[in-house]
Amino acid sequence: MLKFLAKRVSATIIVITLISISVFMIFSFLPMDPAALTCGKACSPVIIEANRHRLGLDVSVPVQYGRFVKGLFVDRSWGEGAAQFSCPAPGFGYSFNRHQCVTELIAEAFPVTFSLAVGSFILWMLLGISLGIVAAKKQGKWQDKFATGFVVAGVSLPVFVTALLTFIFGIKLKLINPIEMGRWVSPFTDPVGWLKTYYLPWIVLALFSSAAYTRFTRSNVIETSSEDYIRTARAKGLSEKVILRKHTLRAALAPLLTIAGIDFAVLLGGAIFTETIFNLPGLGRLSIRAVQIDYDLPVILATTMLAATFVVVMNLIVDILYAYLDPRVRVG
Amino acid sequence: MKPFLEVKNLSVSFPTEDGLVRASDGISFTVSRGETLAVVGESGSGKSVTSLAVMGLHNRKSTNISGEAILNLPTGPVDTISAPSEVVRKLRGKSMAMIFQDPMSALHPYYTIGNQMGEAWGLYNEGSKADGIKRAVELLDLVGIPDAAKRVKEYPHQFSGGMRQRVMIAMALMNNPSLLIADEPTTALDVTIQSQILQLLRDMQKEFNMAVILITHDLGVVAEVADRVCVMYAGKIVEQSNIDDVYYQPDHPYTIGLLNSIPRVDRLGDHRLQAIPGQPPSLISLPPGCSFRPRCAHARLVPNNRCATDVPNLDEKLPAHFSRCHLTESQLVQVRTPTGGLI
Repeated sequence: MLKFLAKRVSATIIVITLISISVFMIFSFLPMDPAALTCGKACSPVIIEANRHRLGLDVSVPVQYGRFVKGLFVDRSWGEGAAQFSCPAPGFGYSFNRHQCVTELIAEAFPVTFSLAVGSFILWMLLGISLGIVAAKKQGKWQDKFATGFVVAGVSLPVFVTALLTFIFGIKLKLINPIEMGRWVSPFTDPVGWLKTYYLPWIVLALFSSAAYTRFTRSNVIETSSEDYIRTARAKGLSEKVILRKHTLRAALAPLLTIAGIDFAVLLGGAIFTETIFNLPGLGRLSIRAVQIDYDLPVILATTMLAATFVVVMNLIVDILYAYLDPRVRVG
Repeated sequence: MKPFLEVKNLSVSFPTEDGLVRASDGISFTVSRGETLAVVGESGSGKSVTSLAVMGLHNRKSTNISGEAILNLPTGPVDTISAPSEVVRKLRGKSMAMIFQDPMSALHPYYTIGNQMGEAWGLYNEGSKADGIKRAVELLDLVGIPDAAKRVKEYPHQFSGGMRQRVMIAMALMNNPSLLIADEPTTALDVTIQSQILQLLRDMQKEFNMAVILITHDLGVVAEVADRVCVMYAGKIVEQSNIDDVYYQPDHPYTIGLLNSIPRVDRLGDHRLQAIPGQPPSLISLPPGCSFRPRCAHARLVPNNRCATDVPNLDEKLPAHFSRCHLTESQLVQVRTPTGGLI
């Protein structure tokens, strides 16, 4: 187990390093000049050069990367004299446009995305799995047809359409105030406000994602129900309830873990459409703004690395959990 | 004393888009405690369908079942075909148990052997999980699993095929059933393991005084363990007798064909094994008359082409020996000797 973990953790570190290098490379090839974007109308070549030096963009890309990596582990500072500023470790750099340490920006945005992700994940798993089970058990009946319709609608409607519909509906019925949603509400100090902020985005994301889980659960339950070991369970005299709960679902839902883990990890990296439409200041909005408007390398780098880390780490967790769920994986 | 199981005129059919599949048709037999009935036939002859009907394991909504399968329990007779499904469920595992063909897939891969066996015990016994495991260890010991106390904590994939079938047998015995249905228990196993499993079944039958129905397509298996034999073809019983008669005086051309198709050590000379020509008929559109006629080499011996028009009855041609054939006993003697030289 320890050997397995060590192997997987080192693979994780390699993957994340490669991702950060590629983001750095891509950024260095872009035609934009981030230094020129820092001063707007007042720009003169002298100021641009000064800013370039101040932001650490006047050295070669490998040196920039080296400094970035160093900044992850020790405090890093920019500029000299009175203009000097610094970010404490672990630092992802200093945002060119927001004039804030990136770690701070992330720390502000992550709880928003995390709230969004956790709530919608729970909702979509519950909805998707229960609908899938009902559809499988009532195969061919109206419940099944309803579930199929739900799947088709959920998969084919883009999330921004659902989000916009819900958003308009939410405003018309005065269920949400989009301006209030633009700030962070802590579930610990204001649980009601937190729920009020997030419940509609949760529903939007859950509707979108649970469709796939409904379909997957349905087909897995149907497939597992025809397994020999389910017939054995029936021959033992177990009731249909116990057979479903203990025998069918265990085998039918274990494979769901893999996709659920990755879907959750991707969501933790930021839900761009949902966050944008509902005015939620999460990681998705942070990164799309950094890419689209600000050309803010440190922010892009940080959000990309974070998103990649979530996926890789979640994969690791899923593999470990899977070994507990399926004994056949454990030995091999 | 009444036999433990009396199956009377049991028919099972499945409606499909292509038509009604008559998987078994008018099956009657009995099995007493301590007795082994072998049900023999090729794939699709209705052996498993019949036994699943006795166990109440067909989906009642999508299957048409008629007839009776009466279990003569100490508390009184119960017909598993007409009794409410909850009643039948509570007989499963307790009064009647079943083991299946493929031990590789018949055990749940995610639960330990002890968990699965204990679960069967817990259904009908008061006691803790530990008591169930204790009983599981006893039975695993009995069916010849070495180091049972340790292995009870292992998962099915850690057992070999033969060992898994032993586990299946032990699990079926958890609640001392009076009837054990073994559906091709040795088909998926290699030959040396096969005879061990058959020996085990025989020992367990003595130990628990069970009625056993052994479903197989292998007449070699039948010879080893059965007291009586039913030969099935295309959903019907074509021959029914005690074990010796089937081998020494087979009374149906199909049985004779089956016997001629297996190698025998007691037969001298270099004769070839004979295959039965043709394929079993589709169960949706059975030929009129005798279902076996298209493959039967002796139908021409019957006058007026009766084989093609009249379905033969299951007649008692020899004492306690039934067969479903228009040939007379003297004709059957003819059929038996020249091809088979069975005696």
